[in-house]
Amino acid sequence: MSAYLGFVRKEALHLLRDRQTLAILLLLPLVQVLLFGFAVRTDVEEVRLVVVDPTPDVATRLLRERFTASGRFQVVEVAPDTRGLELRFREGSARQVLVLPPNVENGLGRGDSLTIQLISDGTDPNSSGIVQGYAAAVIQRWHRDAVGGRGGISIVPAVRMRYNPTLESAHLFVPGLMAFVLTIVSALMTAISITREKETGTMEMLLVSPIRPAAIVTGKVTPYVILGFLNVLLLLAAARIVFGVPLRGSVLLLLTECGLYIVTALALGIVISTHAPNQRTAMLAALAGLLMPTLMLSGFIFPLDSLPAPLRALSHIVPARWFLSVVRGIMVKGAGLATLWQETLVLLGMTAFFLTVGARRLAIRLE
Amino acid sequence: MRIIFFLVRKEFLQIFRDRTTVVQIFLIPVIQLLVLANAATFDVRQTRLMVVDEDRSTVSGALVHRLEGGGQFRAVRQAATATGVEEALAEREVTAVLRIPRGFEEDLVRYRRAPVQLMLNSEEGAAAGLVQANAIAILAAYERELELTLPTANRVAAGPDTRSTLDLRTQRWFNPTRNYKHYMVPALMVSLTTIIGVLLTAQNITREKEIGTLEQLNVTPISRGQFIVAKLAPFWLLSLAIFCIGLTIAKGVFGIPMRGSVALVIVAAMIYLVVVLGIGLWISTVTQTQQQAMFVAFFVILIYLLMSGLFTPLESMPVWAQHLAQANPVKHFVFIMRAVLVKGAGLETVGGTMLGLAAGGAAVLTVAVRQYRKSAA
Repeated sequence: MSAYLGFVRKEALHLLRDRQTLAILLLLPLVQVLLFGFAVRTDVEEVRLVVVDPTPDVATRLLRERFTASGRFQVVEVAPDTRGLELRFREGSARQVLVLPPNVENGLGRGDSLTIQLISDGTDPNSSGIVQGYAAAVIQRWHRDAVGGRGGISIVPAVRMRYNPTLESAHLFVPGLMAFVLTIVSALMTAISITREKETGTMEMLLVSPIRPAAIVTGKVTPYVILGFLNVLLLLAAARIVFGVPLRGSVLLLLTECGLYIVTALALGIVISTHAPNQRTAMLAALAGLLMPTLMLSGFIFPLDSLPAPLRALSHIVPARWFLSVVRGIMVKGAGLATLWQETLVLLGMTAFFLTVGARRLAIRLE
Repeated sequence: MRIIFFLVRKEFLQIFRDRTTVVQIFLIPVIQLLVLANAATFDVRQTRLMVVDEDRSTVSGALVHRLEGGGQFRAVRQAATATGVEEALAEREVTAVLRIPRGFEEDLVRYRRAPVQLMLNSEEGAAAGLVQANAIAILAAYERELELTLPTANRVAAGPDTRSTLDLRTQRWFNPTRNYKHYMVPALMVSLTTIIGVLLTAQNITREKEIGTLEQLNVTPISRGQFIVAKLAPFWLLSLAIFCIGLTIAKGVFGIPMRGSVALVIVAAMIYLVVVLGIGLWISTVTQTQQQAMFVAFFVILIYLLMSGLFTPLESMPVWAQHLAQANPVKHFVFIMRAVLVKGAGLETVGGTMLGLAAGGAAVLTVAVRQYRKSAA
């Protein structure tokens, strides 16, 4: 035990001595959360709209005003015909085009059928779908009001957005970023610190010492557990104070789950480090290998529901997916262990698995 | 020139000697491109819906039928009362709940107006907005249908309808079938090439620093410029190779249309990679150890990727962030890739951006070389 403590002390000193690394590890995640929390939105706003209106009149002006008033569109041009649209799309100076027929107001008065075309830049199918939905809604409402109600049926939907009523992206991103940053930082930290000892040859020296290999690894990892936990506290404080992300569930449960997840990620780092001969291999595995899958298969950016079935199956082996579900559950939905026991069990199982594999590999290497 | 050649040769030997790294450099991007290209979509194909039908009338039944008919909603749970709604939402059994109150049909017949309640799990943000838009569109279509079929309580409004009808036609240019792969594959190619390029460069030089061989190189008559060129050239070639493999996969496996000139894209990639590797180089000059270099690289890459419009629309960002994004090379390269490959733009559209990238590359390299000189002195 005292050997282990001595070892922890040595690692902690290593870490504390290197002020620059310490600052990077503690501050960069915070900077990132602040930046993304403010900047990244998945919703669509300020869509550049071109209105093709051959004969502008009162009715079409009202329609344009509706678009501007919706807050999602900015009318960048009112064009007389469709020439030059292709170029505008290519330059990216327009995202959505609305093509009106001539003589809209007279047509409305006569009761003619009104054909309106919505053309969007389909390069980004995600947001173009959302944009078309919003545009169609604006036009439908305008048309309904323009023709006046005469016994028209209306089903009035009262919409309630649960858990995130304003669709605030910070509420969405901050838990996601926590999962993301903790995964990469923890896995990378252990993987690198262990492979570095390998590369410089000091690992051999440690292994021939009377300290047991398990104690060496735990000793190496312990300071990083504390560091990861400090990261969690900083991020949570930022989420709470700067973005007002709710914390509806139990703080104690949240911190416990974070602690568990840090261990999961660190254990993953141990597995990587036992396979990697040097820091470069470890880094490529931890960063290039984990970054994109964690980003895309954890529900951080793309909802898990929208993944095709094989990829959704694959997402089950991404640890961040389970942790993200836990963090969102506790913070945004106020869920307790009664709801989240499955995710917690999966994380526990993963941790046990990584630790066993890591210890095994280490034992084999010793023979 | 000969010195550069030898140095480049040395770098290549060093890289290719380490088989694991070579396999990683090529396999990680290829596998991820093949797998993840299928992932990215906000489109919620089938929303799991819980229906609380307190009315149990023909009209309410038909409404549920319409919602399911479009294929966007699937009623996985039916209930007569609102008990259990909260749990179903919280446990993600359903993403949306439609509650049709008692007297729905009667109200519609008598007052031509009736409320319904729609509850959505919005923890995933924009997706909820899309589901809401879908639901409202279906409701609107159903309203119009009811106007024709529903009997009226007082016959005042009867008679032929002479009001104007709305015929809304939607078109999507450049990607009419909404094939997400056309959108994702270019984005993934950019991301993966960027990740590999920045990481390798940043790591390579700090490694020499860490083991002390950089000192040895510094005391040789090799000039700074030669050294930098020799360090960057191998990774530039490797990254370009990865990019070209990506292009081949995009065309061969995913059938991404290449409407514009492929040569133009490759030239743009050549310029872009100089910027990317320059950033990696800069990271390696400001950090002391590989560990630091990798962390800084990770944060820089993540900021670049998430603020590039690759995954989320740029226009939605606040204005200051959009200005900040102007300094993001990934953003410009993504613009070029999408404009040329998907929209068929030519040099006249993307030329300015390419010049901008080139200027950025020159600037980054200058700063990095300067910095390097300082740290070596």
